[in-house]
Amino acid sequence: MHMSVNLALQKNEAGPPQGSQAEPAADLRLRMRVYNLNFYYGSKQALFGINLGIAANRITALIGPSGCGKSTLLRALNRMHETVRYARLEGAIRLDDENIMGLDVTQLRRRVGMVFQRANPFPKSIFDNVAYGLRVNGFKGSLHEAVESSLRRAALWDEVKDQLHKSAYGLSGGQQQRLCIARALAVNPEVLLLDEPCSALDPVNTAKIEELLFHLKEKWTIVIVTHNMQQAARVSDFTAFLLNGQLVEFSPTSQLFTTPADTRTEAYITGRFG
Amino acid sequence: MATVPIAVERAGPGWGPRTLLRRLRSGDEIAHLATLCFAASVILITTWLVYVLWVNSALPRHKFGLHFFLTSVWDPIFDQFGALPFIYGTLVTSAVALLLAVPAGLGAAIFLAELAPQRISDALTFVIDLLAAVPSVIYGLLGIFTVVPLLRKYVQPFLHSTLGFLPFFQGPHYGVGFLAAGVLLAVMVMPFIISVSREVLLAVPVDQREAALALGATRWEATWKVIVPYARIGILGSVFLALARALGETMAVTMVIGNNPRISASLFAPGYTIAAIIANEFTEATGDLYLQALIELGLVLFLLTFILNGLARLLILLTTQRGTAQE
Repeated sequence: MHMSVNLALQKNEAGPPQGSQAEPAADLRLRMRVYNLNFYYGSKQALFGINLGIAANRITALIGPSGCGKSTLLRALNRMHETVRYARLEGAIRLDDENIMGLDVTQLRRRVGMVFQRANPFPKSIFDNVAYGLRVNGFKGSLHEAVESSLRRAALWDEVKDQLHKSAYGLSGGQQQRLCIARALAVNPEVLLLDEPCSALDPVNTAKIEELLFHLKEKWTIVIVTHNMQQAARVSDFTAFLLNGQLVEFSPTSQLFTTPADTRTEAYITGRFG
Repeated sequence: MATVPIAVERAGPGWGPRTLLRRLRSGDEIAHLATLCFAASVILITTWLVYVLWVNSALPRHKFGLHFFLTSVWDPIFDQFGALPFIYGTLVTSAVALLLAVPAGLGAAIFLAELAPQRISDALTFVIDLLAAVPSVIYGLLGIFTVVPLLRKYVQPFLHSTLGFLPFFQGPHYGVGFLAAGVLLAVMVMPFIISVSREVLLAVPVDQREAALALGATRWEATWKVIVPYARIGILGSVFLALARALGETMAVTMVIGNNPRISASLFAPGYTIAAIIANEFTEATGDLYLQALIELGLVLFLLTFILNGLARLLILLTTQRGTAQE
């Protein structure tokens, strides 16, 4: 693993990218690495030779226009693509030096959790929603404590502590999305994937989730797909720009948005397409 | 302020009063009226049905009163009519049918909706929908020539030797009886349960499954603990549809139940159902009391269906409220 600031995207080693001035290198570790990833839906190729490193305890944003493959890349990271028929990938994805294709898929998803575009709580109580993952994974210990700490981490506890046994459907959209984050955190994953988590939320709730993410990265590694460039600029440490299934540019966020190296990146962030 | 000129303009010469003719000319009113009539006809037919059954069963209602429901003697020669064995037979055969058909039907629906490859699922669903359309007399033949001999030769001796200590599995094995009717009904109502449950399971949003999988649930855990609970109201609906069919099924049951108005705890014993006795005896009913007793049985069957449907709705109501708040 590279310890230098110049973590270049080289043939076999993909890391948070070159020229980072913002990050002190000493505490930069890679939690996940994507090597030469090609992804297909049937005969249609969706991703072309992606190399990417995901730094531990940092927020990595994936941006790009609709259909560029950013959600596909995200879903490959915990093999959610396997729910889609005829989807397959080539290349390797490593989580802490283990190939994720060799891991038990339920174990992998416990370690790499996911929050979806639309809040999707189960039609159960708030408590049961958070406890679901714990129960499925045979959690031993105080369910109540685990639920409380997850809700606290998702900055939702104070709002719901008196109605834990009411239906999750009674919550507002923003609260439901934070509940989904709490549910994902409850199984204590190493990496948290978020697929446009704020796309259905108003600015106030979006701000709440962004602030939450900022706190969460102390403990978790976060990858977020977002349509919203301002959001990527606000919350992330590294940003990857994808276009037509190719990784165009991967840099520290401040660099990508101020001095993009590729003209296509520049065109996208200045709003000339997308 | 601004409303005044608008109101004036509306009342202007171009509009005129909204006469009935004018209203009819715009298609909306006609569509409204027509659909209202169709909807109202359902209520009208139901009311009319109850009324006809009620009026035409006056004699036994006056003669027997509530005893009609509590006595088990059915003797047209001495004008003694009691509905209990028929109510019992109807409920027992339907219960046996549901006990067998619900687990099997739900299992098949889960397979078709969640596990089977698309093409197999579509092909099997087509066959199942066909099965739902087979006339019940055909099922009756299947019952006589296949179900009854199988029960008599293999199933009943087996049940007798293994579970014979239970009152349900005692007595001689005729083949025909409650068990045969229940099994045959199970075969008949299963297509309904499978077909409706499959549709309901397929309608569960994909994000529910993904949420469970992303938490490390296995495919089966996602199906059993998330998809099925999400769809439970629709699944219950399919069960009640099946129940309604089982309660009223006439032909096939008549052919295999043994047609004996007796109450027996043993499922091996022959019995009778309301629908079966009406079909069997209506044409040969001599005397007004006899005929009207059969009509009253029809009324009872109607009420039975009505009550069970009401209970079903209550159950759905209760589970939807409770389901959200359990730990």
